[in-house]
Amino acid sequence: MNFGGLDLNTVWFALVGVLFTGYVILDGFDLGVGVLHLFVARRDEERRVFLNAIGPVWDGNEVWLVTGGGALFAAFPNVYATVFSGFYLAFMGLLCALIFRAVAIEFRSKHVSPRWRCFWDRSFALGSLGSTGLIGIAMGNIAWGVPIDARGEFAGSFLGLLHPYALLMGVTTIALFSMHGAIYLVLKTEGELQARIRASVNPLIITFILSYVILTLATLLYVPHVTEAFRREPWFFALVVPVVLAIANIPREVNRGREFFAFLSSCAAMAGLMAIFGVGNYPYLVYSQPMAAHSLTAFNAASSPKTLGIMLTIALIGLPVVLAYSISIYWIFRGKVRIDRMSY
Amino acid sequence: MDILTLSRLQFAFTISFHYLYPPLSIGLGVLLVAMEALWLKTRNPLYHQMARFWTKVFALTFAIGVATGIVMEFEFGTNWATYSRYVGDVFGSALAAEGIFAFFLESGFLAVLLFGWDKVGPKMHFFATCMVALGAHFSAIWIVVANSWMQTPAGFHIVGEGLRARAEVTDFWAMVFNPSSMDRLSHTIVGAWQAGAWLMVSIGAWYLLRRQHRAFALASMKLGLALSLTASVLTLVTGDRSAKGVAQNQPAKFAALEGLWETGPQAPLHVVGWVDAKAGTTHGIALPGMLSWLAHGDAAKPVTGLRDIPEDDRPPVNFTFQLFHLMVAIGFAMIGLALWAVWALVRGTLENSRVLLWFLVVSVLGPQIANQAGWWTAEVGRQPWIVYQLLRTSQSLSAVVSANQIVASMIMFTLVYLLLFAAFVFLLNEKIRHGPDETDLQPTGKLALGFKVAPGGAP
Repeated sequence: MNFGGLDLNTVWFALVGVLFTGYVILDGFDLGVGVLHLFVARRDEERRVFLNAIGPVWDGNEVWLVTGGGALFAAFPNVYATVFSGFYLAFMGLLCALIFRAVAIEFRSKHVSPRWRCFWDRSFALGSLGSTGLIGIAMGNIAWGVPIDARGEFAGSFLGLLHPYALLMGVTTIALFSMHGAIYLVLKTEGELQARIRASVNPLIITFILSYVILTLATLLYVPHVTEAFRREPWFFALVVPVVLAIANIPREVNRGREFFAFLSSCAAMAGLMAIFGVGNYPYLVYSQPMAAHSLTAFNAASSPKTLGIMLTIALIGLPVVLAYSISIYWIFRGKVRIDRMSY
Repeated sequence: MDILTLSRLQFAFTISFHYLYPPLSIGLGVLLVAMEALWLKTRNPLYHQMARFWTKVFALTFAIGVATGIVMEFEFGTNWATYSRYVGDVFGSALAAEGIFAFFLESGFLAVLLFGWDKVGPKMHFFATCMVALGAHFSAIWIVVANSWMQTPAGFHIVGEGLRARAEVTDFWAMVFNPSSMDRLSHTIVGAWQAGAWLMVSIGAWYLLRRQHRAFALASMKLGLALSLTASVLTLVTGDRSAKGVAQNQPAKFAALEGLWETGPQAPLHVVGWVDAKAGTTHGIALPGMLSWLAHGDAAKPVTGLRDIPEDDRPPVNFTFQLFHLMVAIGFAMIGLALWAVWALVRGTLENSRVLLWFLVVSVLGPQIANQAGWWTAEVGRQPWIVYQLLRTSQSLSAVVSANQIVASMIMFTLVYLLLFAAFVFLLNEKIRHGPDETDLQPTGKLALGFKVAPGGAP
């Protein structure tokens, strides 16, 4: 297919963003459920409710990461190669966390021994916490900038990735996903358990807002290339308004018992946050500091226009179909969790 | 050990472990479609019971397949960054297509397959099962296409020079239908069918030996053997086509498969043998002229020998030779075993032949070993190239990853995968010991709609 004069590089910058936003919104809630698993669900039955709340969908949610990674590989191979090899140990840690988590969900309830279940419960919670934190740290480094040499290779070290700004982004991400997960759980549970989760929503929102405010201040003070984007295009600030409104709307909907709308608000807020992250960083995919000239952008790290065009065709055919059946599947599994013999 | 060896070992270990599971999902996927189709058609609750039991086994293999599959996607970037830059434009698009067309389909409808029994009607459930099976096959398509492009690159041109050189797509369909992709894809898929089918046969045979769940075991074995026989014969056909393709497109690999040193007509085919790569000789039992005949349909036609291939461009010969012969030997054994079992089934002696049943119990290992040996042959036989005649494996590493980092990740993967494997075996064993659920003979929920109990239970 021929896309004429369309700026395919920018389109793919946006599309990779869309895929990762899909990942953050969808896997965000099931990772959040994992973070809350040990703290909020106490009895075996409650933990099974948690697992089955995400049971039918977590696997599909994780596919957004796989597809996002695949799209990054195809559209921006230089970014994929630099980031994945540069963040080697961090990504190996992420893989370990994701594997444990996936397998814990699948295996935990298949055997009744308490020690077996305790082991997998902890794996699930730690795996979720670890993945969430590492995703946040990776995003923090992308925004902050990492040292890139003239060949386009990462020139830093693993410990260099763990600076305060990245850790702050990690904490913010954990707070955000926990909040999102709690709201999802309110939607899927009932009775005493739901009341307990409901009570945790407001503190989680407050934790998130606090850490996000600190993160934003740090960004304004210390990450000039991101603030630059906002100074250049002040209308970007308009994106902040719906995010604030969406977050403010969550406690309101929870108190009214309109759980589905609370969840939608949370999803909207996350989409807005990712959009802010995207426009703040555009056109940089990996900002290089101290040598900004070595940065990898949507233009110097991309595949050929031919490939970007082919992939856009694939995405235009594939994504609507994916969205259609994903929504139908969420529809089939709507409503409160019921434990039956097919459950986790 | 150097970074190259460590990276290759890590990739070999993680991909081999991963590849234990997807073939089972692909094979069991086909069988689940068959069971549910039979259940819809005959309304015999035995098929419902079978579908429920085998769905649980499927779920187990699928979960580990997904978890270990994510590792593969990461590893191209983490350990093979230079390769990723070189092939991203070509390989990446196949991988992205795999995500969009295959993984979403598989994982989305898996939810309905596993948890939808009481939530959707039987036809919708059947549709979901078909989509899961289709998704599993799609995922095989794209990854085998990408790998085949590495064996026989097509539809691309090279842009840039030195470290900045990379392959860019010029013709997408020529890339997808590169000379080896369809032959290798068909061979991979029928190999995967065998993995699923023989697992079913093996568990069925185990129940017959233990005199448990007779109706269930017999029906599972009938279905499993039907696919085993079909797939094992098709494996021979597709394998022959693949080998002919190798003869044409990858002469170095073809010569290594057979340990052929001298170029010439009447090239011999080894049944067994041992290659001494230093001396440049191959000893063993050989059928004269057979290799020329198999490769070209004419014993008088020449086959290229290793002496005509520069030493730098030769794969490890004996290793490739042995793996290839192992795969072929198992392939023929599986056809023999399938014929024997089907013969016994038709004559009604299957249940009483304990020797045969024991063979069938261990048969599950056959396709697994052969699938692994086959992929090792394909990948080791392509060496020293990562992309055939374009990019050497030694030039594909990540520039910034140190040996210590790889050792650390190797230790992590080894521990995690051992634990995973132990948990998998433990849970599979529990499922087998628990057996099919008697309550599944009485479908509940939306699936309860009008079924009739067949007299005697067996189909």
